[in-house]
Amino acid sequence: MKVLVPVKRVVDYNVKVRVKSDQTGVDIANVKMSMNPFDEIAIEEAVRLKEKGVVTEVIAVSCGDAKCQETLRTAMAIGADRGILVETDAELQPLAVAKLLKALVDKEQPSLVILGKQAIDDDANQTGQMLAALADLPQATFASKVEVAGDKVNVTREVDGGLETLSLTLPAIVTTDLRLNEPRYVTLPNIMKAKKKQLDTVKPEDLGVDVTPRLKTLKVSEPPKRGAGIKVPDVATLVAKLKTEAKVI
Amino acid sequence: MSALVIAEHDNQSIKPSTLNTVTAALACDAEVHVLVAGHNAQAAADAAAKIAGVKKVILADGASLADGLAENVAAQVLAIAGNYGHILFPATAGGKNVAPRVAAKLDVAQISDITKVDAADTFERPIYAGNAIATVQSADKVKVITVRTTGFDPAAADGGSATVEKADAVADSGKSSFVGREVTKSDRPELTAAKIIVSGGRALGSAEKFNEVMTPLADKLSAGLGASRAAVDAGYAPNDWQVGQTGKIVAPQLYVAVGISGAIQHLAGMKDSKVIVAINKDEEAPIFSVADYGLVADLFTAVPELVKAL
Repeated sequence: MKVLVPVKRVVDYNVKVRVKSDQTGVDIANVKMSMNPFDEIAIEEAVRLKEKGVVTEVIAVSCGDAKCQETLRTAMAIGADRGILVETDAELQPLAVAKLLKALVDKEQPSLVILGKQAIDDDANQTGQMLAALADLPQATFASKVEVAGDKVNVTREVDGGLETLSLTLPAIVTTDLRLNEPRYVTLPNIMKAKKKQLDTVKPEDLGVDVTPRLKTLKVSEPPKRGAGIKVPDVATLVAKLKTEAKVI
Repeated sequence: MSALVIAEHDNQSIKPSTLNTVTAALACDAEVHVLVAGHNAQAAADAAAKIAGVKKVILADGASLADGLAENVAAQVLAIAGNYGHILFPATAGGKNVAPRVAAKLDVAQISDITKVDAADTFERPIYAGNAIATVQSADKVKVITVRTTGFDPAAADGGSATVEKADAVADSGKSSFVGREVTKSDRPELTAAKIIVSGGRALGSAEKFNEVMTPLADKLSAGLGASRAAVDAGYAPNDWQVGQTGKIVAPQLYVAVGISGAIQHLAGMKDSKVIVAINKDEEAPIFSVADYGLVADLFTAVPELVKAL
């Protein structure tokens, strides 16, 4: 069976972004870009399923400008068999990405699509669920365990207050949470091998998808700053302050 | 048009996140309805009818809605969506799971995790782990929204007298089924609803120490227990205690960070707390830059001392 894994190129999670002074967005010129960490977990999970012999092919997909090829190469260095770039310079919002992915799901007919639960730039947490709706497929979000058994996949999910397990009929959509696995380090030989793997490029028009954004960003501003308070010398002072000054206990 | 709030509930009662979502809905539209989709959920619907400001409660009651399966709950929302200009979910694990399905089927964008309503079509939402706030305007006819509960005060749980109307429950999709649930048993307040939270970090050193140091403090303050991602990843605390960008977003009256350095992703989850206390032996730790009261001390002596002094 085939697995499709969408991957997004985002500002590296270690970078603290700065808001542009004209409030049009955040300044991402010259900052380190990486694969969205949740997507890395998704690729790792797909590759592990392949290593277990459950899956025969892992296809990585990225939607965005030409530089997303780097992200696809990383996915292939982890172990994806081939990559598809849906190339566009347009701003892509989750609904548009879900439509592009739906078109690719129709074409490739994967049994499973594994996505990161959210991207760490727009923090939307939408694409997987939207894809599931558009493709009319069952979904299991925030997965911490994925087990394929025949024509079903059993997924343990991280929910408020604990865990729950669902059984989905394949084909299905799964989104990853942090504790699903720990992605491997990519090795130099695998990076070299990845360069030779097949990478196809398509355009949104080829897939018949209108990617026009639905949300207009009016401005992007700094969050209200929280100033540092005071240092207290000892526990007694801390308790006194909490009781008489902050009045929270 | 009116606004529809999808209630978070356990069939018996309404979860507090629903109350914050009602407040956000009232900022969008004066006419607010609440959908309770569940099984044997009359009690939850009656509770929803008492929420101040709610005009109508719609109860969809059926076996297909017993376990909150996204496919079925989304179909239930879509069955009545035609009457509404705004559809709001709390940004909880349950709400986040279902809302995008509804938005995609309606062919509209979703506005995630809003913290403020500027106008009926304009909202503020944090991006980049809360390091920036985007103001976005939706051109869609229906606004599908998830509400960051810490951004809105809860509506009063009493005082309303909405009518309760019944809707037919949708049929099961047949594509997914509920297998089981492992609920973390705890007498403590839930993190997202707790007035006081005490959180431990990697400096605790082990699961035993975490328990030994943090539990008495939480007991003394009747607080919820949280943890940093580092502590959770190291296995000192269970997953659903994690506070941060990728865990729970909390804003209690008092947040006590113990042995937490204050990584960006942790700060994103707690910096809206009213009062923040940090106890850390590294005086350069970033957590002190957001703490109202900082105590530079060894947590293994300071916390027991604090427990005694409270």
